[in-house]
Amino acid sequence: MKILKGKVYSFGNNIDTDQIYPGRFLELTEHKDIGKHAMEGADPSYPQRFVKGGFIVAGSNFGCGSSREHAVITLKNVGVAAIFAKSFARIFYRNCINLGVPVIMAPDLDSFGLTEGKEIEVDLAAGTLESGGLVHTFVPLSNDIMALIENGGVFSLYKK
Amino acid sequence: MHAIEKILAQAAGKKSVSTGEIVTAGVDVAEVNDLYLQVVTSFYQLGGTKVKKPEATTFVFDHYAPAPTIKAADNHKAMREFCTAQGIDKLFDVGRGVCHQVLIEDGLVAPGSIVVETDSHTTTLGALGVFGTGVGATDMALILLNGSLWFRVPEVMKIVLAGGPLGPGVMAKDIILHIIGDLKQDAAIYKCVEFTGPAVATMSVEERLVLCNMSVEMGAKTAYIQPDAKTWEYLARMGIAKAIRDVSTDADYVYSSVYHYDVSKIQPSVATPGSVDNFALVKSEAGVQVNQIFIGTCTGGRLNDLATAAKILKGKKVAKGTRLVIIPASDKVMQQAMAAGHVQTLMEAGAAFSTPGCGPCLGAHEGILAAGEVGLTTSSRNFPGRMGSTESKLYVVSPATAAASAISGTITDPASL
Ligand code: SF4
Repeated sequence: MKILKGKVYSFGNNIDTDQIYPGRFLELTEHKDIGKHAMEGADPSYPQRFVKGGFIVAGSNFGCGSSREHAVITLKNVGVAAIFAKSFARIFYRNCINLGVPVIMAPDLDSFGLTEGKEIEVDLAAGTLESGGLVHTFVPLSNDIMALIENGGVFSLYKK
Repeated sequence: MHAIEKILAQAAGKKSVSTGEIVTAGVDVAEVNDLYLQVVTSFYQLGGTKVKKPEATTFVFDHYAPAPTIKAADNHKAMREFCTAQGIDKLFDVGRGVCHQVLIEDGLVAPGSIVVETDSHTTTLGALGVFGTGVGATDMALILLNGSLWFRVPEVMKIVLAGGPLGPGVMAKDIILHIIGDLKQDAAIYKCVEFTGPAVATMSVEERLVLCNMSVEMGAKTAYIQPDAKTWEYLARMGIAKAIRDVSTDADYVYSSVYHYDVSKIQPSVATPGSVDNFALVKSEAGVQVNQIFIGTCTGGRLNDLATAAKILKGKKVAKGTRLVIIPASDKVMQQAMAAGHVQTLMEAGAAFSTPGCGPCLGAHEGILAAGEVGLTTSSRNFPGRMGSTESKLYVVSPATAAASAISGTITDPASL
């Protein structure tokens, strides 16, 4: 199974979609333009300092607020490998799966000790996350959802 | 079963459903707003050629209308062309108002229907016994393609509002801010929130819409209020006389949780900057200088809200150094407010009116805040940067608190007037 390696980008509870993608950029439609404003509402330096393949690690209710799919498009376009949170807001969660962005709900995430900048290794299918020599486990996404995500989301079901 | 479950079961062609089950249900009304050209893009990417139910599909231009930029104008143009090509007649163009209000006023939402919009505040419609929920662009594209979508049958959380009458200056907004402050932003993720009890029974339908609207600020998937005589009287004005599905909850239905509030104890409330669950009493924030006050949106821009503001501002003036921006939730609301004299009263007090729609609610245009400014809004959200600069401070308040504060230019408890 594919192992993902990357840095942790840490965020708190209730990160809403205005922080992930500010409303003033919602008129943009090209995905590469949308990708320039990832997390800008929470941290204006994020688009510059984010290294492709990194992981977002957040508290509860990640992605609350507006239904804007731009919030997922922007994270996908900067190259977020997966998002870990204690819980997700439902519209954001659905949008991620539809667009093929892995979303992992781990209620005990705090105990993983994933601080900003840590290098981690993740096996999404096996449900393991290695950090500083310690292996943590999480409930992996179901096989169907994993297959969907690996194929880039719901579009793969429809394109002949 | 709960009414919500019966709606989902019938729309999915099943006898019964249970909590947690995933069902594919037909969507009675789909609405795309003008933030979502991505719906059209996704529709074609999914291989779509013909919208399955054009008669059940609507577009509302509200968030970026009238177009403030060339890009927004391009997006509107592309959406108009899509509607023409697909035979979608229900395109509510610039100036008709905010999607949730427009669909209600156009008589498109009857109790028992499943309404899905590309907007998280679709929970608003639950106040009419509707299963209303928001989705993103790709889910909406799937609805246009298939006429249906999968849903997880939600747990239902019951909130019983007892007591009353409401204290002076207290509105539904204060009640829901109190509840969110108490239960917090993630209390209802994936759940349906039902409001019931004697205080709901005496509340106007417009005020009930506020409760259901802001349920999403606790993470709710949908909200619900059992239709009663008041609902039917309200809907009759929109030409709706009956439910399209069974909307009764069985006596043996088990709620996932039940909360009780005595509304007579609730006082004028605010959400202080940064988060909707930052609860405080207006009187404890009193005196804070305010640069801009915005009365409007799908939460606080209905006739009752404008009437409340007009009553408070009649014969008064907006304080020097403070701007009062008012945007009625729809063109119908604006006309009713004009007929009742509220627009005149509010303009005489110094208010600036803008085109019905979302206005500055999501920080796009028509009155956004500069760095260092303080704003009051009757809308539903005050996330950092929601109405402009991330260095601005935004308080969510009721229309009564907004109007009272406009007179002094500082946060003012309407109960103190
Ligand atoms: S008025 Fe505000 S909350 Fe309502 S639909 Fe428009 S942007 Fe969203």
